[in-house]
Amino acid sequence: MVSGLHKTFGRTHALNGLDLTVKTGEVHGFLGPNGSGKSTTIRVLLGLLRADSGSARLLGGDPWKDATALHRRLAYVPGDVTLWPNLSGGEVIDLLGRLRGGLNPQRRAELLERFDLDPRKKGRAYSKGNRQKVALVAALASDVELLILDEPTSGLDPLMEEVFRECVVEEKRSGRTVLLSSHILAEVEQLCDRVSIIRNGQTVETGTLTDLRHLTRTSISADLAAPLTSIPGVHDLVVDGTRVRFEVDTDRLDETLKHLTTAGVRSLTSQPPTLEELFMRHYQGVAS
Amino acid sequence: MTGGWHLIRLILRRDRVLLPLWVLILSALPAAYAASFAELTPTEESRALYARTTAGIPSIEGMLGPIYGSSVGALATQRAGLTLLIVALINVLVVIRHTRTEEDAGRRELVAATVVGRHAPLGAALLVVIAADLVLGLLTAAFMGLSSGSLLLGMSVASAGIVFAAVGAVAAQLTENAGPARGLALGALGVAYLVRAAGDATGSGLSWASPLAWSQYTQPFADETWLPLLASAGLAVLLAGLAGWLSVRRDVGGGLLPARLGPAGSTSLTGPFALAWRLQKGLLIGWSAGFLVFGLAFGGAVSGATEAFNGNPELAELFARLGGGVSLTDTFIATLLGMAAIAAAAYGIQAALRMRAEESAMRAEPVLATATARVPWALGHVVFAVIGPVVALVMIGAGLGLTYGADVGDLGQVPRLIGAALAQAPAAATLTGLTVALFGLLPRLSAVAWGILAICLLLGQIGALLQLSQAVLDLSPFTHTPRLPGGEATALPLVVLTGVATVLVAAGLWGFRRRDVGV
Repeated sequence: MVSGLHKTFGRTHALNGLDLTVKTGEVHGFLGPNGSGKSTTIRVLLGLLRADSGSARLLGGDPWKDATALHRRLAYVPGDVTLWPNLSGGEVIDLLGRLRGGLNPQRRAELLERFDLDPRKKGRAYSKGNRQKVALVAALASDVELLILDEPTSGLDPLMEEVFRECVVEEKRSGRTVLLSSHILAEVEQLCDRVSIIRNGQTVETGTLTDLRHLTRTSISADLAAPLTSIPGVHDLVVDGTRVRFEVDTDRLDETLKHLTTAGVRSLTSQPPTLEELFMRHYQGVAS
Repeated sequence: MTGGWHLIRLILRRDRVLLPLWVLILSALPAAYAASFAELTPTEESRALYARTTAGIPSIEGMLGPIYGSSVGALATQRAGLTLLIVALINVLVVIRHTRTEEDAGRRELVAATVVGRHAPLGAALLVVIAADLVLGLLTAAFMGLSSGSLLLGMSVASAGIVFAAVGAVAAQLTENAGPARGLALGALGVAYLVRAAGDATGSGLSWASPLAWSQYTQPFADETWLPLLASAGLAVLLAGLAGWLSVRRDVGGGLLPARLGPAGSTSLTGPFALAWRLQKGLLIGWSAGFLVFGLAFGGAVSGATEAFNGNPELAELFARLGGGVSLTDTFIATLLGMAAIAAAAYGIQAALRMRAEESAMRAEPVLATATARVPWALGHVVFAVIGPVVALVMIGAGLGLTYGADVGDLGQVPRLIGAALAQAPAAATLTGLTVALFGLLPRLSAVAWGILAICLLLGQIGALLQLSQAVLDLSPFTHTPRLPGGEATALPLVVLTGVATVLVAAGLWGFRRRDVGV
C-alpha cells in the first residue's frame, strides 16, 4: 500500500521512508509509540496530506489524485473525534454516512443499541468515549470495503472495547479490510492477522504475530539434576544451585534444550514472549 | 483569586500583540477626530455653526450622541460616540475569549484542576481588560493633550468598555459555549446603542436607560461632570459581582441555560452545502436581522435632518462640504452605508474564517475523508461568505428605505436605497475573497484578514487627515465604492472590485486543493 514514504513538517521529519502493506481482507495492526508517524501515514492514505516523496497506493488508486472516488469505498475513524457542538450525534452519523454514499439504517440502529449511544445529545454534551462511538457507528454502518481506524478504542470502557472487537470480527468475516492503529496489545493480539511496527517514521517490523514472536526470546526456568555453571548462547542467566533461569533467542531454543538435557531436567517451565515484551523492545529503542 | 496572577500572565502572554494593538489604535481615534475638526472648522464661528446645526439634526445626535459646546474637543467628543461602541464591542469579545471560549475548549478544566481559586479565571480576565481600558483612557487623554476635558473623555470611553466587559462576563456564565454568549452580550450592546440613539434623536430622557449614554453625559470640554461615571462604575461592579456569583453556582463547562437534546437523526443533512448551511445560518440570520433593525432605526431619524436644513441653505452647504455629498439626507445615508460596508466585510471575513475554524478543530478532516471533495466543501462556506453580506446589505437598504420612505411618503426609496446599499457589496466581497485566498494559500495567516479590514477602516476614517497620498488610500477597496445615494453611480469600480474578489476566491480554492489539510 505504501512504500518509501517521506513527509516533513518544517524541521520535523515525520515519515522517513515508511513502508506498509495491507492485504485485502485482513485486519492489519499498525503500531508504534506516540509521535512515530501513524496518524501522518493515515492522513497521507486519506489524501489529506501529500507525501514529499515515495509512493502510496490505496485500493488500486492514488490517494491524492483519486481521493473522492476512493473515499466512497472506505470509512475512517480519527483518533481524536471532534463533533460540531450544535449537531446531535444522530445527525453527525447520518451526515457522514450520506457523504460517504450511503448508510445501512438497520445496521445503524443495531450499532446504536450495541454501543449504548444516545443519538439525541448535542456534540458538546458527549464525553470523549461517546464522541468516539459516534464516529465508530458512522463508520461501521457504512457499506465500504476498507475501514481505517486510528486508535478507535481510546476513551471506550472495557465493555465497549469488547463490543468494538466483536464488530471488527464481523467486519472481517464479511470480507472487509481493516487498518487498525492501536496501543492496546490485547486488542491487536485478538484481532490482527498481521502487524507493522513503526518508529521514528520508519517500519521496523512487519509480519504475522507468529513471525514476530520468532524474533524474540523465550524465558526458561528449570530445575536440573546436576548443577550447570554456563549455558552457551543465552541471556540474563541466573544460577541458584540446581535451579537456572535465563532467556533464550527463540531460534536457538532447540540447541539450548539439548544442552539442558545433558545435565538432566527435573522440571521445566517455558514462557513464550508476550506481545508486551515484543513492543517494549521496539518502543524503547526511541529513548536509546 | 488564588493563582490569579499566573492566569493574568497567561492572558497577557496570549494577547501580547492584540491587546496593545487595540488599545493603541482606539486611543488614537479621538485625537484624530480633533485634528480633523481643527482643520475643517478652524474658526470659532464655523465650529459654533457646526455645533448648532448638529444639535438640530436628530439623526446625527442619534448616530453619534449629543453635542455639548463648540470647542474642537467638544466636536471630537461627539464623534468619539462611535469609538465608545467599538471599545465596548472589543471588551465583550476579549472577556468571552478568555472565559467561556476557554471553558468551551476544555482548557479551563486543565487550569481549574491546578491550584487556582474558583474566582480566578473570571477575575483575571476582568482585571486584564479593565486595566487595558484604563490605559486606553489615559492614552486617549495623552494623545489629545492632557487637560481635565481630555482626561474625562478618556475615562468616559474607558467606563463604557468596563461596563460591557462586565456584561460579557455575565453572558459568559449563562450559555454553554462561546457563540451564544457573544450573541447575548453583543445583543445587549446593540439594544443599549439603539436605546441611546432613540433617546438622543427624540431628545427624551430615554437615553438614561443606556449605559452608553452615561459615558457621553459627562460632557467633556463643556459642562464637565464625573457623576455619570459613578453610575457606570456602580453598574460594572454590580454586573461583575453577578457574574462572579453565577460562576460559582454552576459546573465548570456548564451553563445556566440548559442544553437541549437534538434530533436522533437527520434527513436534511445531505451534503457539504447542507452542513455549511447548518453551520452558517446563525451568522446569516443574526447579521441580517441586525442590519434590518439598524436600517429601520436610522431611516426614521433621517427625515428630521432635512427639515432642520430647509430654512438654512448656508448650513446645508457646510454639511454638504463636510460630507462631500449633495443633499444632506443622502450624505447621511451614504455615510451610514459606508459604515455598513465595513460591517458587511467583517461578516464576510467571519463567515469565510469558519472554514479555517472547521479545519483547526479537526472537524474538516472526517468530512474530507468521505466522498466530499475539497472544493465543494469549501464552496459551501464561500457561498455564505459572499452572499451573506449581500443579503445583510439588502436588509439595511430595505430598512432605511421603509422607515425613511414612510416618513417622506415615497416608498420608491426602498428600491433606491437597496440599490445604494448593494453598491457596497463588491468592496465587502473583496475582503471575503482575500480571506479565502489566505485560507487556501497561507492558512496559518488566515486571521490576518481582520488586520487588513482594520487598516481599511483606518484609511477610511483618518487616512485623508494624515494626508496620505491617494495611492495609499486607493489600497482600500472601500475608497473605490461610489458614495450612494446622491453620488455618481459608476459601474467600472464595482466591476473591477467584483473581478478582484472572484480572482481571490479562485486563487484560494486553487491553493486549498493543493495544500495539506490540518496544518
